[in-house]
Amino acid sequence: MKRYKWAVPTLYIFFLMLPIYWLLNMSFKTTNEILGSFTLWPQKFTFENYITIFTDPVWYSGYINSLSYVMFNTAISVTVALPAAYAFSRYRFMGDKHLFFWLLTNRMAPPAVFALPFFQLYSAVNLFDTYIAVALAHALFNVPLAVWILEGFMSGVPKELDETAFVDGYSFPRFFLKIFIPAILAGIGVAAFFTFMFSWVELLLAKTLTAVDAKPIAAVMTRTASSSGYELGLLAAAGSLTIIPGAVVIYFVRNYIAKGFALGRV
Amino acid sequence: MSKISLKAMKHSYLAEPGEDADWALRDIDIEWSDGGAYALLGPSGCGKTTLLNIISGLLRPTRGKVLFGDEDVTEVGPERRNIAQVFQFPVVYDTMTVYDNLAFPLRNRGFAEPDIEIRVRQTAQMLDLEERLFTKAAGLTADAKQKISLGRGLIRPDVNAILFDEPLTVIDPHLKWVLRSKLKELHRQIGSTMIYVTHDQTEALTFADQVVVMHDGTVVQSGTPIELFEAPRHTFVGHFIGSPGMNLLPCQVKNGVPYFFKNKIKTVSKSLASAKGASLQIGVRPEFIAFSEKGIPVQIVKVSDTGRYRIVETRHEDTMIKLLAMEGQEIPQGGAHIQFDPAFTRIYADGWAVGEERA
Amino acid sequence: MSQKIAHPKAWLFVLPVVLLVAFNAIIPLMTVVNYSVQETFGNNLFFWEGVRWFQDVLRSERYQASLMRQLTFTGIILLIEIPLGVAIALSMPRKGPWVSVCLVLMALPLLIPWNVVGAMWNIFSLPDIGLLGRTLNGLGFDYDYTQGPLAAWFTVILMDVWHWTSLVVLLAYAGLSSIPQPYYHAAKIDGASTWAIIRYIELPKMKRVLAIAILLRFMDSFMIYTEPFVLTGGGPGNTTTFLSIDLVKVALGQFDLGPAAAMSLIYFLIILLLSWLFYTLIMRNEQQ
Repeated sequence: MKRYKWAVPTLYIFFLMLPIYWLLNMSFKTTNEILGSFTLWPQKFTFENYITIFTDPVWYSGYINSLSYVMFNTAISVTVALPAAYAFSRYRFMGDKHLFFWLLTNRMAPPAVFALPFFQLYSAVNLFDTYIAVALAHALFNVPLAVWILEGFMSGVPKELDETAFVDGYSFPRFFLKIFIPAILAGIGVAAFFTFMFSWVELLLAKTLTAVDAKPIAAVMTRTASSSGYELGLLAAAGSLTIIPGAVVIYFVRNYIAKGFALGRV
Repeated sequence: MSKISLKAMKHSYLAEPGEDADWALRDIDIEWSDGGAYALLGPSGCGKTTLLNIISGLLRPTRGKVLFGDEDVTEVGPERRNIAQVFQFPVVYDTMTVYDNLAFPLRNRGFAEPDIEIRVRQTAQMLDLEERLFTKAAGLTADAKQKISLGRGLIRPDVNAILFDEPLTVIDPHLKWVLRSKLKELHRQIGSTMIYVTHDQTEALTFADQVVVMHDGTVVQSGTPIELFEAPRHTFVGHFIGSPGMNLLPCQVKNGVPYFFKNKIKTVSKSLASAKGASLQIGVRPEFIAFSEKGIPVQIVKVSDTGRYRIVETRHEDTMIKLLAMEGQEIPQGGAHIQFDPAFTRIYADGWAVGEERA
Repeated sequence: MSQKIAHPKAWLFVLPVVLLVAFNAIIPLMTVVNYSVQETFGNNLFFWEGVRWFQDVLRSERYQASLMRQLTFTGIILLIEIPLGVAIALSMPRKGPWVSVCLVLMALPLLIPWNVVGAMWNIFSLPDIGLLGRTLNGLGFDYDYTQGPLAAWFTVILMDVWHWTSLVVLLAYAGLSSIPQPYYHAAKIDGASTWAIIRYIELPKMKRVLAIAILLRFMDSFMIYTEPFVLTGGGPGNTTTFLSIDLVKVALGQFDLGPAAAMSLIYFLIILLLSWLFYTLIMRNEQQ
């Protein structure tokens, strides 16, 4: 039995790759070929679809918009979560447990519930159709997540580290930046990974909070699918391109994935 | 039960080991006779645990053979070697009770429940675990957990050997002492071979009849505690065992006679000619140096009192020499002369005692 | 853990998070509560309605049907993804060059935008030009997820398994790789079988991360919107209209603010309640 163990992950990965392959396959086909016949690989290999995306500003600005709010969201989520997670892992204060739980409940809030109120809220503060609005809105579920992950990692760092540093005469900010942050770098990597991931894949809020200027790539795709009939090849090419940022991010954190998913303390 | 021998053993954790530094273990040829109480002594990283894991079968050596009696078991897995092993940190099965933890190795080997019960009760009694037999193992203290680990090692009848890998690291000092005496007592009762890995010389010398000293991936000497003390085969044994360790002094050979600076030294080492070209040292323990009328002139630098004896630090030229003075013995002031006991003074060439067989 | 220092100023550390989340959570939530008890006919005119919307929603067959579909869907995917994820994690290599390859490839579906997942499966499952659809029809099944409810459910579930099983795999694998080597050594010495190692070492040590996995999968599957919406649009008919899809239809499609708000609150409360139930069950289990 042991000898065939590798077959399980291999089959699973094969299953995972099939739809991705099919998407790539479609993206290199001409519309005629897609609609005209069933072929396992492109008969007439074409970059046409990709060229359209890279030359049409509607398409490529979609990418820029998406990456803008995702990165902005990752930056603010991790930045504000760091001190908060430190407080939760080190201090006792009034209402700490309730506060922590309240934060986590926001991770449980269905975006669908918030879509409409968010639209009204961000219109009211004149942020509608900006990447800032989406980044702030995604903070709703990403900040609690980042606090939760970082708290886990920080609790794994012995308190003696802090105490020694203070005895050695470090001020709090200097200790935090020079000693503590390097000690939980893996945790920061994992938190950034998750916040990036959930912001990048979310569409409902991103679509609701943007109209023209800040439209994310995902929303451009849905519009294309409905408005210009069935441009499957173009859709497939755009979809294939959205896989790339995620793949890059995974590649960078690949060494943390195994341990990092345990969220610091098991 | 049978004797265990390791033949021409080498082990490396690398796929393609080349130079010496790539080997975690090298040139191991050693026999453990049936029923012996052995200690495997050495600093961390010297290969003790690797050697132990090879004996139990958790590791397959890169080169060489493991024999149980006359049977070659090099390729046999740990579950069929009939060996018990206790690890440095406690391993308990969290979801089981203490009873089930102890019974686990026996159940896996198909023992009948009534027999298991008898042995579990016996083992629990030996280790003072009787009252907690039916509590979950997960919530216990580190001490108790390690006792369970010990128990799982001790419960199996007729094992070829029981291996202990620094098993008392997590136990508090008092209990450590109690448990070690208990192990020694158990050894007399059960009579199976026990190999006890440690980096603590007191632990090794009190537990074992035979101490195997390891250094840098190889066995430097194997012998009784007295042999290790009186006749170290390697400078490492000299300074690792004993407190303070052996003095190692610079040595020149002129006309086949060893000199310490301008002083002729009498030693037990013979055939110095064989050591030509090697770097030479004179080794003599502080216990075997005494003040005398004539001999090597020294300055007394410092005297520290340890209670039962005093350690005197002296200097000749730029070399420090330590010696022991018993309580009540007078220590000269300032300048003095010292002499080495020739029966316990040796010449070492590149670390190894000259003219003596290597371990 | 128990020796945390009492520190009143710790609130300062938490303040940015509280402000940011409160801005996002409390104001919209109050808007929702506000709508849920009023009726509007436009022009910013509101009339007090009390709990009428809540009664309406709870009594509506449509809402009950969506809720049942949601519970069924979540139940099915938990039953598939958790055991499957654990099984895959158990059979993965523990070291060597293949570990990174496996992890990177497996994590890939997690980082694809949800509507792309939907679109990808749409293309993949089309009965005429999709690999899956074509293959199934070629094998003699009458498969068209836009027509048959059963085919639609099959596709939506398969898509979710494809999309999210990796999360369970990665969590379970992380739990596995944090098991210290001596446990495996001791088990070998004790003569434990492969099954005994899984049963007495690996599963108990994975308990905590599995709890996280179940909780995350429960919450996220209960909130699922984009993927099935892009794939089936909730159809055929209403057969794959889950709670979020229904809610968006009511709120943004029909602009029925009152019922939508009441529905939102009930929805949110159900998730909170079930998550809390899961959480306490897991915690109680851990304490024993």
